[in-house]
Amino acid sequence: MSEHSTYTPGSGVEKWLDERLPIIRFSKEHLMDFPTPKNLNYWWTFGAILAFMLVVQIITGVVLAMHYTPNVALAFDSVEHIRRDVNGGRIIQATHAVGASMFFAAVYIHIFRGMYFGSYKAPREILWILGVLIFVLMMATAFMGYVLPWGQMSGWAATVITNIFAAIPVVGTPLLELLRGGFSVGNPTLNRFFSLHYLLPFVIAAVVVLHIWALHVPGNNNPTGVDVKSSRDTVPFHPYYTMKDLFGIVLFLIPFAWFVFFAPDILGHPDNYIPFNPQVTPAHIVPEWYFLPFYAILRAIDFNILFIDSKLGGVIFFGGSILILFFLPWLDTSKVRSGTFRPMFKWFYWLFVVNFVALTYLGAAPAEGIYVVLAKITTFYYFAHFLIILPLLSRLETPRPLPTSISESVLGKAHS
Amino acid sequence: MATQAEHHSTRRDFLFVATGAVGAVGAAAVVWPLINQLNPDASTLALASIEFNLAGIEEGQSVTIMWRGLPVFVRHRTPAEIAEAQAVPLSELKDPATDQERTKPGHEQWLVMIANCTHLGCVPVGDSGDFDGWFCPCHGSHYDSAGRIRRGPAPTNLVLPPYEFLSDTLIQIG
Repeated sequence: MSEHSTYTPGSGVEKWLDERLPIIRFSKEHLMDFPTPKNLNYWWTFGAILAFMLVVQIITGVVLAMHYTPNVALAFDSVEHIRRDVNGGRIIQATHAVGASMFFAAVYIHIFRGMYFGSYKAPREILWILGVLIFVLMMATAFMGYVLPWGQMSGWAATVITNIFAAIPVVGTPLLELLRGGFSVGNPTLNRFFSLHYLLPFVIAAVVVLHIWALHVPGNNNPTGVDVKSSRDTVPFHPYYTMKDLFGIVLFLIPFAWFVFFAPDILGHPDNYIPFNPQVTPAHIVPEWYFLPFYAILRAIDFNILFIDSKLGGVIFFGGSILILFFLPWLDTSKVRSGTFRPMFKWFYWLFVVNFVALTYLGAAPAEGIYVVLAKITTFYYFAHFLIILPLLSRLETPRPLPTSISESVLGKAHS
Repeated sequence: MATQAEHHSTRRDFLFVATGAVGAVGAAAVVWPLINQLNPDASTLALASIEFNLAGIEEGQSVTIMWRGLPVFVRHRTPAEIAEAQAVPLSELKDPATDQERTKPGHEQWLVMIANCTHLGCVPVGDSGDFDGWFCPCHGSHYDSAGRIRRGPAPTNLVLPPYEFLSDTLIQIG
């Protein structure tokens, strides 16, 4: 993809700057003229939507931190103070809280797009791994942010999630006390979560820079999965994709704005409007919707596996369900990237999506009766997709013939 | 390779390795306080021991008190509950412990336990579940009238804090 530089400094000042800090050259080559496959569909706009969401969360978050107090006696009231007293605070707080949900909605679409079109395959493995790393950092950030309002759901989420670490043999309990800064979730916990919640978005931003760097070495994948062969297959990023991405962002803002203005609490839980009480657990605790699939996996393991007790077992599967994504590039060995040309993969892909949605549903369902059985089946299938189905498909499947180039697939054979 | 390294293995190499080693120790010495500050601080540890008067708790009543930030159940058990707990054969228990091991001799009516479910730390609901004890609403663990795990994902019995009877109606926890 590295073509000859398209930048010629115009003025004397630009030339002077270019010899010292070639920032204009860099911007022109990577943000404007970057050759991008001309067949990218709207699923590809979610990268830009995610960058936009990160900026939204950082800006609203910095503003909220100007009014929020990370102390167990004051935190709950300070969030209410933001919502009731601070000028525009109602909208800013709602944007940040709903923004977390919209951020995750976008990242799930982005991840599933990558999984369908084989964007994790060579030479984009590092790009994919950095993406999974961003996802993990997002989960940590969202979890700690959810604790800050210090309602019942906040406090019990902090209790349950930090308790996961206590399942680790030998070092579990000391590690738990180290994480909490006490024997239970309390003021030290809230303070450090606030500190880390402020820090992690900037770590995410740094990994996003690496993610885009890793993207710009091989260039974008595309819906055919066929490599770019000539400049006829590409268009410059600006204005073609800056405008398309911007339009995608505008469309994405419509449901976002609807939630913020008309239903800011619909994605949350009423119990979080009760201040945290360490003596009483709400009858039905569930995490935010974006953690439900993984929560379902954590709960599904309620039996001992050999010498591993049910608690540690749940934690291992919970961690494994995320860690396995790091290995995806080596589990799917099919040479064909795009699911469009993989007749069998396509079906199993959608089955995996349905299974993932089922896990989301089961994560919110009470842990009793048929739900327990279904959670075990869907958990098994989640892992089977990665460990059994993908490796087997790569051997058994006969892919459909690929177009010879992106141009051909866009314009039809007559033009090739 | 070996002979070449030997040939060039000089005082300079020794200094290089020694400097690196001292540097690593120094870095670790700087990192440790930055991690250790996360551990429970002096004010948290200072709350480690409390006294609690049992006199006001009626038979069949249960109260929840706080110790080191953790909720603690103090239950005045009925003779029926004690008899039921003592009659359970150890073979039926996931985490075997006799009722005597879970109470103090001469004070069998008093059950003092940390109120966090041993699964993921929720507070179980009293007087419920299938074993006349506690039921955890989060993930469905059932505990019996001695706080022993009987069914569900929790791995162990409700934890007993270190405590002793200072008199018949006064206990010290911690």
